[in-house]
Amino acid sequence: MRSRFALSLTLLALTASLTGALAGPGGNAGSVSGTVTFTGTPPKMRPIDMSKEPSCAAQHATPLMNETIVSGPGNTVQNAVVYISAGDQPSAAPTQTVRYDQKGCEYLPHVLVMHAGQPLEIYNDDQTSHNIHPLARTNPEWNKSQPPGSPAIKATYAQPEFIPVKCNIHPWMHGYFVVLNTTHGVATGNDGKFSIAGLPPGKYTVTAWHEKFGTLSQEIEITGSSAATANFAFKALPY
Amino acid sequence: MGKLFAVVLTVITLISTGVFIARVWWLPPDISVLGLGIDHQLMETMLASGVLFVVSQLVLALFIWRYRDRGDGRPVKTFPGGSTPMVVIATVLVGAEILVLSLVGTRIWSGIFLSKPDPAALKVDVLAEQFAYYFRYPGPDGVFGTVHPELIDDASSNFFGLDPANDSTARDDVVSASLVIPVNTPILLTMHSKDVGHAFFVPELRIQQDFVPGLVIPLQFTATQMVKKEIVCTQLCGLGHFNMRAYLEVQSHDQFEQWLADNAP
Repeated sequence: MRSRFALSLTLLALTASLTGALAGPGGNAGSVSGTVTFTGTPPKMRPIDMSKEPSCAAQHATPLMNETIVSGPGNTVQNAVVYISAGDQPSAAPTQTVRYDQKGCEYLPHVLVMHAGQPLEIYNDDQTSHNIHPLARTNPEWNKSQPPGSPAIKATYAQPEFIPVKCNIHPWMHGYFVVLNTTHGVATGNDGKFSIAGLPPGKYTVTAWHEKFGTLSQEIEITGSSAATANFAFKALPY
Repeated sequence: MGKLFAVVLTVITLISTGVFIARVWWLPPDISVLGLGIDHQLMETMLASGVLFVVSQLVLALFIWRYRDRGDGRPVKTFPGGSTPMVVIATVLVGAEILVLSLVGTRIWSGIFLSKPDPAALKVDVLAEQFAYYFRYPGPDGVFGTVHPELIDDASSNFFGLDPANDSTARDDVVSASLVIPVNTPILLTMHSKDVGHAFFVPELRIQQDFVPGLVIPLQFTATQMVKKEIVCTQLCGLGHFNMRAYLEVQSHDQFEQWLADNAP
């Protein structure tokens, strides 16, 4: 599932690059890249107790850890979303479908980035029923049950929004739909790195969002096909 | 037709009685201190009501057989004095029986719900929510951290709304999705619900108690065998009710202490 996610991200990035290349004057398109990290001591992530759902617990050789904060070596932050929050040209929603999986009572990916209006498909890969409940406020809220083996639930979100997603049957399941009105947004991997390409010359605001740490923003300027750098360091508290 | 009805009634009575005597669908083995008393009371009730059931059904069948309409045009006989005295007597007798059963059973019921908790009981805080149970142990300090409903956050596993940043008693609370307890130790649950009505039912403990939103309900029991059993919700609580369950794990004292240490935050 992770490879599918990687593939969809790559395609998203490719689409973004193409869009940028076409939009940029004379094909000049810059990029911005950097790393998301934290400073301080974050809360200790505890193993998730899946004892009520043995079929899911059996899919994890070691207990799944709470995914509110996932970090890599060097205090890098995974599952942060870095995107252009201001200065970007309006973009059409990609027609390519983004996929969200429920597997081993875990949401894969934990944070799903999509464009407003982009088709979304949600799959239940488990032997148990899930109910997928995105807690949208700007967009219409819905809550659908998905027994094992049932077809994918199809949805789209028209408005940009950060939507927490939960499963009531398995209260530990938690994720996010990050609906952006730009194609220039990515979720960080375990190394905390991100790269956004296809930015025509201009001034932009780059924002990093994280479900626990909040948001940080920086101003950057792209001239020609320059490669800007924007590193983000969130402050972590132990509780 | 009267004969057939009498025969069918007799057959149904005998088969249904046989099902109970043969214990075809019976309770699972009891694993609690109170279970013996409850089973005893249940058996008394079953015997009292069972004997009356069998006798009344067989007498009914006999009367149907004897006084059926034989198609010979005889006038319909009525009971001497009319039916009113019979109905009154039957109502009084059945009412008295139910009253006696209730009074006798109150002793067992109050043993569970009205007796003072054992001061040495292990206290476990239970939270029911759509659609799971979470259990909390006070940790080495013996004090439960204060619950702050506004801090409840399933995503970060803060199911009880603890505030470890400002409340040092909350920092050592052990939270689990299974009810792990030591064997032969009095347990005192304090039960509360996050959202709607739920229930805590472990047939092997012979205990069933509702969660009522807004109330903290105490429930005590002592498990006598080291087993793993299912805890189920028996109040329809929403779309995931069918999957609202947890496990009760009764362990030795050493295993339990080790489990507490392994699950310390």
